[in-house]
Amino acid sequence: MSRVVTLKINDQDVSGREDESILQVARENGIEIPTLCYVEGLSAVGACRLCLVEVVGVARLLPACATRVSEGMEVNTESERLQRYRRMIVELLFSEGNHICSVCVSNGHCELQDMAVKLRLDHIGMPYRFPVRHVDASHPRFGFDPNRCILCTRCVRVCDEIEGAHTWDVMGRGIASQLITDMHTPWGESETCTSCGKCVQICPTGALFVKGKSVAEMTKRPEFLPYLTMMRNRKSMS
Amino acid sequence: MTQEIIINPVTRIEGHGKITIHLADDGSVADAKFHVTQLRGFEKFAEGRPFHEMPSLMARICGICPVSHLIASAKACDALLGVRIPPVAAALRRVMNLAQIAQSHALSFFYLSAPDLLLGMDSDPSQRNLFGVLAANPQLARDGVTLRQTGQQIIELLGGKRIHPGWLVPGGVSEPLSAEKRDKILAMLPNAIAITRRAIDWFKSILPRFSEEISAFANFPTLHMGMVDQHGNLETYDGYLRIVDADGNIVEDRMTPEDYLKLIAEAAEPHSFLKSPYYRPRGYVEGMLRVGPLPRLMVADRISTPLANAELQEFRQIPERQSSFYYHLARLIEILYAWEEIQRVLNTPDILSDHVRAYAEPNAFEGIGVSEAPRGTLMHHYKIDKNGLITYVNLIIATGHNNLAMNAGVKQVAQRFVHGARLSEGMLNRVEAVIRAFDPCLSCSTHAIGQMPLHIQLIAPNGEVLDEIAR
Repeated sequence: MSRVVTLKINDQDVSGREDESILQVARENGIEIPTLCYVEGLSAVGACRLCLVEVVGVARLLPACATRVSEGMEVNTESERLQRYRRMIVELLFSEGNHICSVCVSNGHCELQDMAVKLRLDHIGMPYRFPVRHVDASHPRFGFDPNRCILCTRCVRVCDEIEGAHTWDVMGRGIASQLITDMHTPWGESETCTSCGKCVQICPTGALFVKGKSVAEMTKRPEFLPYLTMMRNRKSMS
Repeated sequence: MTQEIIINPVTRIEGHGKITIHLADDGSVADAKFHVTQLRGFEKFAEGRPFHEMPSLMARICGICPVSHLIASAKACDALLGVRIPPVAAALRRVMNLAQIAQSHALSFFYLSAPDLLLGMDSDPSQRNLFGVLAANPQLARDGVTLRQTGQQIIELLGGKRIHPGWLVPGGVSEPLSAEKRDKILAMLPNAIAITRRAIDWFKSILPRFSEEISAFANFPTLHMGMVDQHGNLETYDGYLRIVDADGNIVEDRMTPEDYLKLIAEAAEPHSFLKSPYYRPRGYVEGMLRVGPLPRLMVADRISTPLANAELQEFRQIPERQSSFYYHLARLIEILYAWEEIQRVLNTPDILSDHVRAYAEPNAFEGIGVSEAPRGTLMHHYKIDKNGLITYVNLIIATGHNNLAMNAGVKQVAQRFVHGARLSEGMLNRVEAVIRAFDPCLSCSTHAIGQMPLHIQLIAPNGEVLDEIAR
């Protein structure tokens, strides 16, 4: 059994198990920390950096999804600096790709769009990069539009950790990073893909979509994941 | 010594354009040209996109008639799918297209051209706008607002929003019509019909004041192109293309969208970003076409609805009906047709059916969609690869078909009304007004009402400004 620790989040006394992350304990206590890459049931990678928090006594900011709680910890999630950084992170995501909400299949059902609204991001101050990226529509049922990809790697993790296929991965470094299927072959030619569609349903934006959807018609169904996680836990307990 | 007069920007049209008038040594007009000064690039940047996105992507071409592009694009995508869409979906699309035509025509007539028509071509330019109309004839201004509102509300009721509704999709429409919405639309129509009839009567009553404009507003023989149904009735959503000559003789008939390449060729002119399509068999310039409300009434034998048909038959008695000044009257007759036809379609028994969408994978690599937009025949032509990504887009926009005729019209008006080295505001307004009669849509935005920074300079070859008018 893991130990229970007590700590402060935003001056509120809370307690959690020592193997839990700051994000988990915060959410259990009704304290909202924004995330884009984190999904309950998948490993935490701290890719999006939206959940950065201040911890008293630590000079740098820490990702709440990937930092465990400890006894006596004092966490701040809502400082003016953090809010500014969060807006800046989302602004950078918008300027880095080609996110055209008005003609996107996920318009109105997009976690990136919702995040921008939530953070009151009403314009993008940085110059757009307008990268040239090509849609992979070679899969018979699904499409991948890298213009809308924010490299959260949810698809990579769900494919590896839940489906066990590891079709998706990330190639390149820094600004040149991109998602690939298999050894950078077209998705439709992938030998590992089982066409299960988990990557599509877990994708927070319109980057992965079901073919044949028109604007605003792509609603995602990520509910399968908590169910699968629960059933696996039940199996391992029995 | 030749001189050049530049009207830039042309006001009360959709988009950005300018006119240049070239004067000969004796002060008479040697030539005049209409320039479209903006490039949009839609045909290029759509390449590589999944074709299912095309309707909503193409709708962004225009904020005034997004529905027209949605219709032509959705029809081209139907062709890619290789499906015949459910009849109720086609009927609902037809209703939305008619509402679009009516609201756009109302905008053109009441907001953009009524200032010239009510207050006069030579009236004070500071008053010659919608507010001037409101002061001089509040009923007319209100009528215009109501008609536009009716069209826009029908679009909103059907598609969820007035501008760029996502409701028109490849294979049909995304949502069926509810009884409540149908009844709301039907309740609006009697008033809209009454207003339209009043506007037609008013316009006919003022026609005698404009005999000079009628005789010079692109009043010359051209070919006319428009859509008709299988019986030769006026048609706007789906039918056959027909071309008639200036005497009304049928030149081409029962042409399908796939035939458009046989009918139409496109020329590019160095002075404008707007392409100049022409009737291919007659060659460049001689194949000059007109499209839009006036040509549609020229090609149709009759209109299927009674009130509009009565107006059409009366219109056919007008000797000078080939003058583009009669675009205004044709626009009003088409508004009347739109309301009557929407009434008819919405009263068909199965209109509330929920079978409104056909699903398929792409079954053809090439698709062409043709419909009648407010401004005339609109053509969308797409090609896709085996994965459904767009590899080729060709759009022939209604305004483009009229480009050659507009240029010739500008020249005709300028030669009639512009003289010598002294400019009057009224003479130049007529040059703009002939463009307004065509109601060109040069992009997606209307100019603001009120004072526009119209700047005309009369410049000698040595750069000396001989005369200048600034609004």
